[in-house]
Amino acid sequence: MFEALSYENLQIYWWIIIAILGSFLVFLLFVQGGQTLIDKLSDNEEEKTVIVNIIGHKWEFTFTTLVTFGGAFFASFPLFYSTSFGGAYWVWFAILFAFIVQAVSYEYRKKKNNFLGNKTFEGFLKFNGYAAPLLLGVAVSTLFTGSQFSVGKANIIKLNSNLESVISQWESPWHGLEALWTTGHLAFLQNILLGLAVLVLARLMALLYIRKMTNNPNILDKINKCLPRASIMFLVLFLTWFIRLLFIDGFAVKPETKEVYMQAHKYFNNFIEMPLVLIILLIGLVSVLFGLYKANFKKDEKAFWWTGAGVILTVLSLFFVAGLNHTAYYPSTYDLQSSLTLANSSSSRFTLVVMSYVSLMVPIVLGYIVWAWKAMDAKKIGIKELEKENEKY
Amino acid sequence: MEHINWGLVDWSRAQFALTALYHWIFVPLTLGLSFMLAIMESIYVKTGDEKWLKIEKFWLKLFGINFAIGVATGIILEFEFGTNWSNYSWFVGDIFGAPLAIEGIMAFFMESTFVAIMFFGWNKISKKAHLWATWLTAIGTNLSALWILTANAWMQNPVGMKFNPDTMRNEMYDFWEVLFNPVGVNKFIHTITSAYTYSALFVIAVSAYLILKNKNKAYAKYSMLVAAVFGFVSIIATITTGDGSAKQVAKYQPMKLAAMEGLYQGQKGAPLITIGTPTVRNNKNLIESMNDDIRGNNQMEVRVKGIEIPYGLSYLAFSDPDAFVPGVKDLVEGNAEEGIPSYQERIKNGKIAIAALSDYKKLKKEGNEEEALKKLDIFKQHYKDFGYGYFDDDNINELIPPVALTFLSFHAMVALGGWFLLFFVLIYFAIMKNNIDKKKWLLRLGVIGLPLGLLAQEMGWITAEAGRQPWVIQDIMPSMVAVSHIETYNVIITFALFFIVFTGLLIAEIKIMTTEIKKGFNN
Repeated sequence: MFEALSYENLQIYWWIIIAILGSFLVFLLFVQGGQTLIDKLSDNEEEKTVIVNIIGHKWEFTFTTLVTFGGAFFASFPLFYSTSFGGAYWVWFAILFAFIVQAVSYEYRKKKNNFLGNKTFEGFLKFNGYAAPLLLGVAVSTLFTGSQFSVGKANIIKLNSNLESVISQWESPWHGLEALWTTGHLAFLQNILLGLAVLVLARLMALLYIRKMTNNPNILDKINKCLPRASIMFLVLFLTWFIRLLFIDGFAVKPETKEVYMQAHKYFNNFIEMPLVLIILLIGLVSVLFGLYKANFKKDEKAFWWTGAGVILTVLSLFFVAGLNHTAYYPSTYDLQSSLTLANSSSSRFTLVVMSYVSLMVPIVLGYIVWAWKAMDAKKIGIKELEKENEKY
Repeated sequence: MEHINWGLVDWSRAQFALTALYHWIFVPLTLGLSFMLAIMESIYVKTGDEKWLKIEKFWLKLFGINFAIGVATGIILEFEFGTNWSNYSWFVGDIFGAPLAIEGIMAFFMESTFVAIMFFGWNKISKKAHLWATWLTAIGTNLSALWILTANAWMQNPVGMKFNPDTMRNEMYDFWEVLFNPVGVNKFIHTITSAYTYSALFVIAVSAYLILKNKNKAYAKYSMLVAAVFGFVSIIATITTGDGSAKQVAKYQPMKLAAMEGLYQGQKGAPLITIGTPTVRNNKNLIESMNDDIRGNNQMEVRVKGIEIPYGLSYLAFSDPDAFVPGVKDLVEGNAEEGIPSYQERIKNGKIAIAALSDYKKLKKEGNEEEALKKLDIFKQHYKDFGYGYFDDDNINELIPPVALTFLSFHAMVALGGWFLLFFVLIYFAIMKNNIDKKKWLLRLGVIGLPLGLLAQEMGWITAEAGRQPWVIQDIMPSMVAVSHIETYNVIITFALFFIVFTGLLIAEIKIMTTEIKKGFNN
């Protein structure tokens, strides 16, 4: 069935899959958000353990989604993998370090004789909690603000040039960290804003999730106090970023010549020229706002789902405007023509078809995740409930 | 290529080796223990005997401690293909990316979803559903091994792909050829069964320790029995597929075979060395020759002396005691009688391929389709030696893998494998005769079995990976062309960070593990 799709449509199909994985990743960052709140929401060790166990039952989903996001990107758009990971070396390694130390921390934090001490493992959780959302937000923002690299696919056979045979070359010695201070077009401001917005969002979602999952009155009380401020902070940060996005010049591709050029209000135009994406965005934003209304004024536990679904839809629409409608999704400000588009960075048609069949497994995966999620979240978790459990973090 | 930055290539390789070797301390235990847990839990569900639940929960706790650090060390490997081997990622990403993505979609989610159920689901779902979760965790972990080993095998024997001169990369044309790559099938079975062997050694070592300490003897013996049977079946499969691996190496990577056996001069009816020591002809000692190994110097001077089995190697490699097995010299200098081209010729062919491709690109740009296609033909004829074109006659030595290192790791692995076979038999009979408590020597050997098992695991990977140098993709892409172009100090810093973090976590893991083991089955 996928054989019938054109090469271009297969590329779009895979961009949609990448977008789905990316948006679920942002949603699942509530685990990271929760890790930054373990002290703030608890007064004693027991309460802290309640919070750690609530979010700890979900950390592997975020982790696995990140790994799969990377793998799927590799399989479908290998030039991105080669250019961004090999170039923005320090951004990606900082993110990966944050996940390395997270993976052991839940399991080892409370274990006897754990060498580094409980506080170190809690420190790891917090480091992961702050660094991962912040840096992932910055990395996603560069899809709109651009990076400094050049690409020459034929370089690999340049044996006698002074350059080594490098296909993708990063042109800043900071290897990605420069996204935090690149002043051209105020890129740093835009990048940092999205990083902060994703971080605050992760914390906000964590508040909603923990509130849904615990019956501990003290934790609930603290959450209710934090919620309004977190909601407002998120909206201010995100909307500032988003409104600026609508006004900045974007990296457009001429359909006939494949030439990349700067177009005024490109991302705004993309929303207008792709009404379906605009609708997804609007539903997403309304859903987020509705969730926050439910959370702040109705103390409704379902607020987590409303906000979460809204986040997923909003992020989806952002990925769509970044890559679809003749847009370069990973632009180079160093050399415009090196910018990555779906067409010039994707796998071959054959591989995309093979991988499309593999993608049919995604609903099955989602199915058992939903089952497992429900089974694990059927009962609320408090101090008493944890006392009865033999197995806990 | 005079402008190659060897520091960068070496540090990038060192970083990959470091992260892979650390990761592999934990992975085999996850692969094997997950199945042993599933077997133990099945016995519990079937018999309803609480004893088995207690046994299961003890091993599950150890599994969890190991699993966490396995996950931590694993995430980095996938991304390193991009961060440190970015040319590689484009040049073969069209084929290599697929198994990695399938691993994520098919295996990692299964593993991580059900592992959470396995740990925390005891009071949340039914006994049967929990058993399902345990089995699915085992299947998930082993599926992930399938895909990553398929990817690795493809680098050793690149099948199912062809070069596309317009996108300047290799592209997949047959997925099934990649999945059913004979090297891959064999490698998968060899690797996972060796991992099961190692897991069995782990269970036996822990149980032997508890028996020596006079703790939970009955539980320890039951665990040991499961492990001895599981280990015996696994080591038989490991040895059988190991033999298959040797035959494939002979076929697809003759230089690796020559290095594994330290065979300098090829011959008909070549003997197999059982125990031997490599030396360098100019009277250097072993340590010095190992140092030379790392930079590829002096490889033509390495000789191995030892106890030989006549005709053994010819039989091992080609199932024919009289078959010709090429040595390092034959492969480098060529052997007209046996139809083996010299590396000089292959370098020439590689350079022709690269030049023809370059001309093709130029002519195509100029619109001269006809001439361009002629060049493309020349390119295609010589593509099988493409990677050799990056070398020159004066650095031919770089084309020889570290012979002493490959020889020693291969022989250590084989010797240990033989010992494990005998060891499982000894353990099995001691338990069946119910006199293992008295055999202190056997119990002590059981404890030592754990580090020995780990050694065999790591030596296996060193044989496979050091032995195929300098190739990232056999004959097509050498590591020096695959590497990301970043300033070397960046890689040195990340190497140091990994070393510190992984070592710290490893110490934590060992301390937690031993503390839990000392508690025994009581908790």
